[in-house]
Amino acid sequence: MSRTLFTFKGGVHPPEHKTESNTQPIHSAPLPRHLVIPLSQHIGNPAKPVVNVGDLVRKGQMIAAADGYISAAVHASSSGTVTAIDMQAVPHISGLHDLCITLETDGRDEWIERTPLDYLAMAPTELRMQLRDMGLAGLGGAVFPSAVKLDPGAAHLCPTLIINGGECEPWITCDDLLMRHHAADILQGVAVMRHLLGSTEILVGIEDNKPEAIAAMQAAAARMDFAVEIVPVPAHYPGGGAKQMIQVLTGKEVPSGKLSTDIGIQVFNVGTAHALARAVHHGEPLISRLVTVTGHVQRPQNFEVLIGTPMRTLITLAGERDGTTGVLMGGPMMGVPMPSLDVPVVKATNCVLVKSAELFPPLPRAMPCIRCTRCADACPAELQPQELFRFAKAGDFGRAQEYHLFDCIECGCCSYVCPSHIPLVDYYRYAKSEIWAREKEKRASDLARERHEFRQFRIEREKKEKAEKLAAKAQAKRTELSAAPAENAATSEADAKKALIAAAMARAQARKAEAAPKNTDNVSPETQREIEEIEARRAKIRELARKPLEPKEKN
Amino acid sequence: MPAPFILDRSSVTQVMAWVLVALLPGVATYVWLFGPGILVTLALATVTALAAEAAMLKARGYPAKPFLADLSAIVTAWLLALSLPSLAPWWLIVTGTLFAIVVAKHLYGGLGQNIFNPAMVGYAVLIVSFPVQMTQWAGPLELTATPLSLTQSASVIFGGDFPKATLDAVTMATPLDALRTGLLQQLTVDEVMTRSIFGHYGGVGFEWLAAAFLLGGLLLWALRIISWQVPLAFLAGIWLAAGFLHFFDAGRFGAPWFHLFAPSVMLGAFFIATDPVTGATTPRGKLIFGLGAGLLTIIIRTWGGFPDGVAFAILLMNLSVPLIDAWTQPRIYGGAKHPDKDPSA
Amino acid sequence: MLAALLVMVGIAVVIGLVLGWSAIRLKVEGNPLAEKIDAILPQTQCGQCGFPGCRPYAEAIAKGEADINQCPPGGEEGMKKLADLLGVDPKPLDESHGTPKPKSVAFIDEQTCIGCTLCIQACPVDAISGAAKQMHTIIAAECTGCELCVPPCPVDCISMVPIAEDLPHWKWKHPVIMMKRVA
Repeated sequence: MSRTLFTFKGGVHPPEHKTESNTQPIHSAPLPRHLVIPLSQHIGNPAKPVVNVGDLVRKGQMIAAADGYISAAVHASSSGTVTAIDMQAVPHISGLHDLCITLETDGRDEWIERTPLDYLAMAPTELRMQLRDMGLAGLGGAVFPSAVKLDPGAAHLCPTLIINGGECEPWITCDDLLMRHHAADILQGVAVMRHLLGSTEILVGIEDNKPEAIAAMQAAAARMDFAVEIVPVPAHYPGGGAKQMIQVLTGKEVPSGKLSTDIGIQVFNVGTAHALARAVHHGEPLISRLVTVTGHVQRPQNFEVLIGTPMRTLITLAGERDGTTGVLMGGPMMGVPMPSLDVPVVKATNCVLVKSAELFPPLPRAMPCIRCTRCADACPAELQPQELFRFAKAGDFGRAQEYHLFDCIECGCCSYVCPSHIPLVDYYRYAKSEIWAREKEKRASDLARERHEFRQFRIEREKKEKAEKLAAKAQAKRTELSAAPAENAATSEADAKKALIAAAMARAQARKAEAAPKNTDNVSPETQREIEEIEARRAKIRELARKPLEPKEKN
Repeated sequence: MPAPFILDRSSVTQVMAWVLVALLPGVATYVWLFGPGILVTLALATVTALAAEAAMLKARGYPAKPFLADLSAIVTAWLLALSLPSLAPWWLIVTGTLFAIVVAKHLYGGLGQNIFNPAMVGYAVLIVSFPVQMTQWAGPLELTATPLSLTQSASVIFGGDFPKATLDAVTMATPLDALRTGLLQQLTVDEVMTRSIFGHYGGVGFEWLAAAFLLGGLLLWALRIISWQVPLAFLAGIWLAAGFLHFFDAGRFGAPWFHLFAPSVMLGAFFIATDPVTGATTPRGKLIFGLGAGLLTIIIRTWGGFPDGVAFAILLMNLSVPLIDAWTQPRIYGGAKHPDKDPSA
Repeated sequence: MLAALLVMVGIAVVIGLVLGWSAIRLKVEGNPLAEKIDAILPQTQCGQCGFPGCRPYAEAIAKGEADINQCPPGGEEGMKKLADLLGVDPKPLDESHGTPKPKSVAFIDEQTCIGCTLCIQACPVDAISGAAKQMHTIIAAECTGCELCVPPCPVDCISMVPIAEDLPHWKWKHPVIMMKRVA
């Protein structure tokens, strides 16, 4: 079965370095003494802890619940005791700490009761809620909560389901090994996805540098009761990017600013499909994943690793070598440098790449941009990276956005080919995060303006209401007064003066009356006493405040 | 330092080095046809350019080593030297090179920042200021009685002392200049073309030089150092404009092949208009840039005050690059159009 | 002659009508320039500019009664944006109005607070909740960091806490390329 394939523009062919790790079998990493499990391993709201320090938990038990729709639960990767819920180092470039739950494992590795889900009998919404509570998130790198992606929505249908086995990043082989050894499980997961999304066409894109994985998947696909097409695609970085995979397999482009579901396509990583199968058919939440440990280590290979295992453990297992210059999470094109080796493996950790000066020589000094447009030729998003660079560098973020900064997928092709060795992607990340920060700031200042304006309005309204009440009182007194002299008939100047004074007093009285709540008239002596007590306390506060209070502050 | 952590093996130095290599066939042909005088010119321009570059880098607080090693100053020097008459006096070479490096390159912000092609600015300044010296070309060897040796050329360049007897024999106008003068004398193109300087296409010797530059240009294209758009559009612009005029009045306007095979055109099309720093960056923009430069070249050659228009045409197009780039932003993946044309953006 | 006069008068009447009609139909509400200036100002409502809030300052700038360099929370960047909008030259911030500080929020030491409500009255954006004799609390998400609540507090229990960088607020830094020689 051959399929007409398409190509995407741009892209590069960096050295693959796959054979270092994909020739070894998968080993399970041993159970570490401590597991540090971050609560924000996915995109969306961090999970909320549902255990306390000192609690005993079992393997697979939910320790933090999903918070909201776009979120995913977090589970204990093994049995043991919760020793801390605090800020710990997490695998993030900043080196900042984030909320984590620390487990001291008891070595028994005792599972909770696992119940497979009868997904065909369940309502789709309920099934998705279950998957969210089992912590499923995309294992390709973006860790978007899978339950959300498995919701085709009311209007959208996803006739095409693409399973991404591209794995275009150099060095990484975890998806390759997963497909070789767990092809049937992956396709079981695909069956669940197909059920939820109502897809009719299922394509599995695998780069043609993984012939064993292709063969294994094809053999497994032949045994499925629905049609799955295993499509070898040319190895061409970033062919494993979701948008590029869609273009290669279908010839369609995801419209700028839209989602692939808008054109009826949903894409999942093979690892996600596998995790989904484990969840549905075995009742196992997402507590472990395959991690490639490679680069400057003695025995590069893939491990089955419990989430929360320190990266240092894996590097020791693979054989640490002298001359290590750093560790990346992910591959050399898009990977993130780790602030320390003590950070835990998380759901997004597909690879721990150990650097050395020989494998990754320090980048040569950057030279000025000579506008050679090699970056534009290499850009798979078909942007003009040299212009984006110029705008980002100058802080002209508006223009950068006009030139489609947010269509950049940060694949690194532009930086890779740049003869001036400019860290272009750095500039785009900087510009993007600056724009987001500004939008946040703008929202904050809009809120402040709104609240300030409302406050002004409120003060104004209170003033007005006060004035109106005063006027009403004065009016009442005046009518009373003007009624009295009429009885006396004789009006002299002295009387007039008296009347004025009386009116002023009446006004003062009115003001007082205004200041005092009206329900203080005709009250019982006890209540009166209480009122007096309160008044005395109030006077004390006034004294403290050295400034009389406005009436509105009264209780 | 975040990702990516690996780089392709390319560098500015490598790009510039290939440009120099691609110029070598042209230089060799030059020596073969016009004698070794050009080597003196090249050496003098190179030394001047490197000294000026080093001084400007120091003055601007940049480290000299990596920026001298990028070879861009040498490329500028060679392009200027190859545009000058082969026996131009030393002060002409030095003035042009200094102007190119100091004013056109560094005062505009150095490598990558200059708006105008430095070599062409240097050339334009010289031709405006010293028109006489700029048109004194040593004739092709096959037309001159006594070719000058390297030392003789050097003494001509540095001392200004032509061997008296051979002065007239050695220097002569370029074909373009000859055509222009002839036309001014109310001669027709055919009458002018009967003179010995005109060869089969562009002029004796000059057409071989043009072919050598073409060869070097094709090498750069094969190495993907230059794109096809600019040279092709440039040549097409020349051919179309010259052909159009020639078609209407063959007596007053030179044939398109004659215009194409002037060496300045091939040098301009493959080495100067393709300068990435001062050229358009978008694919359509490159076509417009090249076409515009080609058309302007013929317009200036035909109606302008100077015999050749390549330098001015390229400088004028350099000026319009920001506009061309802004107008020709390509469609991106996912179909969003350029903001200028997209009301929703 | 008469015809010419009539034509001219006719044109004048028609144009007058059009202008009059458009003055009514296309009337611009409020002061558009002040609006635009107000949109640039940080809405801290701190009054450091010498006006009671951002909006009055914006109106004063629009009328030409105030300079563009009187807003420390807006900083250098805000001043430049104003200069850009108004087409005037940027100028250094006037230090008599204060200097830019790192963004902070107010924090009430709840042990010391006596519940006097003075800070509540001072807060320009109602970001303090509490009642008389009750402990007060800053709603950090709504606090603009204007510091107006600090001086009225009789027991000095309010301090300004700079906003610490955490993961949700972390930003990519401007890449540092050592192009020039560092002296």
